[in-house]
Amino acid sequence: MINAILSMGGLALVAGLGLGFAAKKFHVEGDPTVDKLEEVMPATNCGNCGYPGCRPYAEAVANEDEAINLCPPGGTATMEAIAAIMGVDPAPMEERAPSVAYIDEEKCIGCTACIKACPVDAIIGANKQSHTVIIDECTDCDKCIEPCPTDCITMVPKEVTLYTWSMEKPDGPHALH
Amino acid sequence: MGIVASVLKKFHGGVHPEEFKDLSEKCAIEPMPMPERLYVPLHQHIGSPCEPSINVGDMVFKGQTIGRPQGFVSAPVHAPTSGKVVEIRQHPVAHPSGLTMMVAVIEPDGKDTWHKDISGLEDPFKHEPAEIRERVRCGGIVGMGGATFPSFIKMSPPKDKVVELLIINGVECEPYLTCDARVMEEQTTEVIDGIKIMLHGLQTENCVIGIENNKPRAIEIMKAAVKDIPEIDIIALPVRYPQGGEKQLIEVVTGRQVPSGGLPIDVGVIVHNVATAVAIRDAVRFGHPLLARPVTVTGLGISRPANVQALFGTPVQEMIKHCGGLKNGTRKVLMGGPMMGVAIGTLDVPVVKGTSGILCMTSNETTDKPEQACIRCGRCLQACPVSLMPTEMAWLSRHEELDKLQEYNLFDCIECGSCSYVCPSNIPLVHYFRFGKMAIQTADKEKKRGEIAKQRAKAKDAREEKVKAEREARKAAMKAKMAAKRKAAAAAKGEKPATEKESAPAAGGNDKAAKAARAAKAAKAARAAKAAKAAKAGGGTKDAAGDGDDKAAKAARAAKAAKAAKAAKAARAAKAAKAARADGGTKDAAGDGDDKAAKAARAAKAAKAAKAARAAKAAKAAKAAKEAKADGDSQ
Repeated sequence: MINAILSMGGLALVAGLGLGFAAKKFHVEGDPTVDKLEEVMPATNCGNCGYPGCRPYAEAVANEDEAINLCPPGGTATMEAIAAIMGVDPAPMEERAPSVAYIDEEKCIGCTACIKACPVDAIIGANKQSHTVIIDECTDCDKCIEPCPTDCITMVPKEVTLYTWSMEKPDGPHALH
Repeated sequence: MGIVASVLKKFHGGVHPEEFKDLSEKCAIEPMPMPERLYVPLHQHIGSPCEPSINVGDMVFKGQTIGRPQGFVSAPVHAPTSGKVVEIRQHPVAHPSGLTMMVAVIEPDGKDTWHKDISGLEDPFKHEPAEIRERVRCGGIVGMGGATFPSFIKMSPPKDKVVELLIINGVECEPYLTCDARVMEEQTTEVIDGIKIMLHGLQTENCVIGIENNKPRAIEIMKAAVKDIPEIDIIALPVRYPQGGEKQLIEVVTGRQVPSGGLPIDVGVIVHNVATAVAIRDAVRFGHPLLARPVTVTGLGISRPANVQALFGTPVQEMIKHCGGLKNGTRKVLMGGPMMGVAIGTLDVPVVKGTSGILCMTSNETTDKPEQACIRCGRCLQACPVSLMPTEMAWLSRHEELDKLQEYNLFDCIECGSCSYVCPSNIPLVHYFRFGKMAIQTADKEKKRGEIAKQRAKAKDAREEKVKAEREARKAAMKAKMAAKRKAAAAAKGEKPATEKESAPAAGGNDKAAKAARAAKAAKAARAAKAAKAAKAGGGTKDAAGDGDDKAAKAARAAKAAKAAKAAKAARAAKAAKAARADGGTKDAAGDGDDKAAKAARAAKAAKAAKAARAAKAAKAAKAAKEAKADGDSQ
């Protein structure tokens, strides 16, 4: 009887210690998927996806099976990165030429509403001074459109220059048929 | 001779297309009449584009800088002749995209006057290599074989590398082109002088000029010219495309392979083109910047094939006109050679520093067969001079497997076109590789842009956070100030005459916070004074000086103090009144401040006038406070 209790108790002790040690040693810090997803997102928190920011969208994708093609500023590249992380098939993105915000300086009244809205500080201007967009910094997030009281901001397709031009893929042999 | 292999090596692969050099190889380099307008692009080299340094309407002189280089890898652009800048605008250039570039449109005045600051070094060999390099840089000299890499960079090898050999590239392996051969035949002394200057600039002593066997006259003339110059050697090379590629030429001459992603200097070699040698000589000896170059106008589609010395900015149209125009049946005009040239969409395109030829091709010379499926014959593998795997790379490129493409060393591809040339299925392999390269570069750029956007978003968040915190802090400070003020006011109410003088200076300050602080201090001081006085007057009221938090306690303290000090106050007020009366005024009471004089005076007057009333009021207040305290204690 004593022997049985001691041996079983000893076994239980060893197993308990082992489990406790393993729990400490192989401890997993939270869910890394959300962090990984957030990493590939533009981080501008533009809200185009319908979530209040990139992190909430990342959480929704990771935990609630949200669609992976809701990030227009990230474009196809981001969608593919999300697909790779989640291990799902890529979803079609709405075809949209890369655009930049354009401020009609005639109509701009210099209210700075768009400057406050721009998540990447790509709009410059001051009170009662016409504003303008730094094209290179604009991330195509549309966030400045809505706050403008005179509706003078439009998204225009980015102009292709010699320095941004990219070669098109050959049609391939199947173009024959 | 140093590292030159005793037996010529062979680079992998290569092809031997039909040469067609006979069309123009006998044509001497001829000058051209001045075009009506020159369209000088402000970016004629590899690297960053130039900023225009002239304005529309300016008169420019020959050799004047019109494009200022931006960044290190860049080369200035100069006015090819004297005249007026009539426009600075976008204009088509030879580029596969068919897009436009900023050009300065110059209307020549016909006088061809040199800019006044043009001067050369009489004896370059007496000058430091750095001086030579600087002249090459200012001369806007770039590699004239077609790559247009700024030459001064090649002449400034890193300190830890030794230049063992200078190779002068007279290979001209592209079919059709003959301008380098003509330069060697006609400008032999200039080429050799240029080589000597380069050797001096590089501080090295060995030079080899590589010339393909299909230019026997050039070989003969050059050999005769260097007979008495031991440091320069001529090597005749078997004809094989792309032997004129820098890395291929190095392998043939020295047997050394430039490592993947490396530069010729990594194997101790520097390679320059023959035409570059002449340009460097002109820049160093005479201070003449690079303004013109020999261009081969050839092909079965041109009426009179020729080698023409063309100013940069000359429209292709003018060159063709000079050579008798296009024949019927011309299908394509290329800028450059047939293997690596760029088809141009309009004849308005100007000649630039990298234009070695203008090739007018008829349908006999071009193919326009559709791409067919790869049959895995492996000919491209045999043809590739860099030993790449074009079959796999085209496949990966088509499916946009960008990571794998890089594993196949896509960026080592020199885009020579040998693989496309041998492909029996007409697969535009180079097109696929260029597409792949650009897709990778675009992806990298996008990634960088995304990172920058992230940083900017973070910076904005941080800034907003900071502003918010500051606002909160300001609010808190304001609250504290108000509290202090209230406290001061309360204290002043209980002990006005005593605090009059101390609180008066507060009125003079501008800063609100400082004022509040001062008021608080004054209140404290007043309290202390009060306590001291009370202690003196009544004794046993020490606890009045304690900094109690409880309002009731505070009020009680104030009341006690007030009560205890009543007598003293009255006495003092009486004294003050007496003094005022004695002096015939109250001015001295206000004597310790300029701006506070009025206030102090007013206070003093008030003190005098309301002496009795105040005393009564204070007593009343004290009584009330005492009662309040009693209430508080009992609760």
